[in-house]
Amino acid sequence: MAITEHQQRAYIAAQAADARFNVELQTEDMTLNIGPQHPATHGTLRVVARLDGEQVVRADVVCGYMHRGYEKLAEVRTYPQITTLINRIDWLSSFANEVPFILAAEKLMEVEAPPRAQYIRTILFEMARIANITLFIGEMGVQLGAITPAFYAFRDREHVLNQIEAVTGGRFHPNFDRIGGLKDDLPRGWIDETKAVMVRIRGYCDELEELLMGNEIFERRSRGIGVIPAEVGLSYGVSGANIRASGVDWDIRRDEPSPLAWKDLDWRVWTHTDGDSFARYWVRLQETREATKMVDQMLDGLPSGSIQAKVPRIIKVPAGEAWVHTDNPLGEMGYYVVSQGGLGPFRCKIRSASFNNVSVLPWLLRGLYVPDVITVLASLYFILGDIDR
Amino acid sequence: MHAVADLHLAYWQLTSIKVLVILAVIPAAALTFGYVFLMKTMAHMQSRLGPMEPGGFHGWYQLVGDGIKFIQKEDIIPTAADRAIFALAPTVVLVSTFLLFVVIPAGPRLVVQDLDVGIFFALAVSSLSVIGVLMAGWSSANKYSLLGALRAAGQLIAYELPLALGVIGVVVEAGTMSLQGIVRFQQEGNIFGWHGIGDPFILTQGIGFVLFLMAAQAELTQTPFDMPLAESELVAGYTTEYTGFRFLFFYMAETATAFGLAAIAATLFLGGWAVPWVHGTMADVLGPFILGAKIMAVAFLIYWIRFTYPRFREDQLQAIAWKYLIPVSLANILLTGVLKVAF
Repeated sequence: MAITEHQQRAYIAAQAADARFNVELQTEDMTLNIGPQHPATHGTLRVVARLDGEQVVRADVVCGYMHRGYEKLAEVRTYPQITTLINRIDWLSSFANEVPFILAAEKLMEVEAPPRAQYIRTILFEMARIANITLFIGEMGVQLGAITPAFYAFRDREHVLNQIEAVTGGRFHPNFDRIGGLKDDLPRGWIDETKAVMVRIRGYCDELEELLMGNEIFERRSRGIGVIPAEVGLSYGVSGANIRASGVDWDIRRDEPSPLAWKDLDWRVWTHTDGDSFARYWVRLQETREATKMVDQMLDGLPSGSIQAKVPRIIKVPAGEAWVHTDNPLGEMGYYVVSQGGLGPFRCKIRSASFNNVSVLPWLLRGLYVPDVITVLASLYFILGDIDR
Repeated sequence: MHAVADLHLAYWQLTSIKVLVILAVIPAAALTFGYVFLMKTMAHMQSRLGPMEPGGFHGWYQLVGDGIKFIQKEDIIPTAADRAIFALAPTVVLVSTFLLFVVIPAGPRLVVQDLDVGIFFALAVSSLSVIGVLMAGWSSANKYSLLGALRAAGQLIAYELPLALGVIGVVVEAGTMSLQGIVRFQQEGNIFGWHGIGDPFILTQGIGFVLFLMAAQAELTQTPFDMPLAESELVAGYTTEYTGFRFLFFYMAETATAFGLAAIAATLFLGGWAVPWVHGTMADVLGPFILGAKIMAVAFLIYWIRFTYPRFREDQLQAIAWKYLIPVSLANILLTGVLKVAF
């Protein structure tokens, strides 16, 4: 039986009244764009958060605002030129970006740098880690409202950057790694100065451990916030300190063979069982301290000899494929280099840590309050250049 | 009008002097001295120099430069904003701050208006600022501003109670609400019969002092209670859309309220302008300096906390107010009452 127009209108009116009643009872959701220009994302990441009050119902991460196309640019550069590009991926620890790429190229060419060069590479790699994570340790305070630790971080990181500059000539973009070795040897007096800086950084770690990590408010803000269970983290490809904080004892530096000096050193991998923001902070703090000790050991055991293996003047890489990854300050970073025998790679895939680390965010942010979103964003510690490449 | 009665001024002369003092002298003195002092303190705490070049000596001119910079900036009002309310909000906040200074005595006769309900008046006008904050947040037509303003409102309502309840202990002990009366009681009082240094309430009302400082920190929306402005979450909270001179108003109000509440804390708990050995005309001359020193001590404490701690989360903040501060302050009132009757 067909309903009349009158009945239809009445039905619609009743539905509309119902809907109005429901709307009155419900609080309206609000969409908040955290970013792309927002102080908490230190760069241009955009988190579209659907808020009920201050609680996140749904969060989407939009990246790509800083995409510079390095993978594509690498195809039209020669191998020595590419280090200039990849310096700028994770700009706070640039030297660490160069290492896996150079190792991949060396693997294809079947060249190995002399031990002294490998040691200096490892020293600079770990110093890049210290420079990067030192900043994180202070910056986390800023995100939680304590401004002072960041100033301490900048104060002490400056000394590390000075040491890096003394060797490479660049504070942020060293561009120092060469296929088969390094550009230069260490300058005179550098070893003693660096040891003093490492003592200073350990002092900074102790200071922040008391000032920030020991603070009750800090603990209440970060404990139990943004817990990544190990299996979830692994399925999203979370790596580095973020996954070690979830109890996964996995460090590429220790677990995989590498020509670098890590195998000769006495060090340990720090893990934490909680997987929350506090655990991630704790693990990074311990790793920074561990890295200063590693640098000390390498400075003591620095082998003598050449810093450059014999390579042809014009570098041509034989055809083949190579995948090399290392445990960079932000997590696993790897380069998959495909060569067809030319001056530059045919294809270069960059696996950067932050891209995978932030992919867990939509899962992680659901149900959190806005202030906790900031805690989680800060504790995951990503760098925008490392997400967008 | 007994405050400056000896001078025999007409009512309108007296009133204009008072208005001038409230609008110009006190804010200028408090802002200039306090701001420079705190900028330098903050710089040293954070292990940096701060501005050193402007003006030659330790960058003293920076404050003037900042002011001029703010005035030069374009006054932007968002298209979607409620223009009238948007423009009015900073003034409301600033006026509530200035009214605070009306009742604060700087000497036996140096007070703009010694009200019988002095402390009640001070607490009442200090909470007026929340209206300005809500106006700012609502009229900006910005989500961050709105969230910040609502946080501020919730926070100020929660902390108004421990602030007032913390003061009640003092009022019970002194037996008056007049700030002048409270100062005199502290100067002439005794601690359980000992007359040595009068009765500064920080000694007998220590709990009240701590409560007052914590609540004041929240009233000022300063770390660890600075969620309304939380720059890492809400960009700049309710001040996000403000520029130029209007932003300067908020900025001045923030510093001036810090000094206003520090002045009240100094008056209530540290003896205000009084020290035990200074009386009469001498107290009128030295009073402002003594009070100033005490204000600086309290302001130093406030800023020290501000630059050391991270911030709480909104629900944690509410929990602290309702679960801890208010019960403790009620217990403090009870204890004070019992001791008052017993001694």
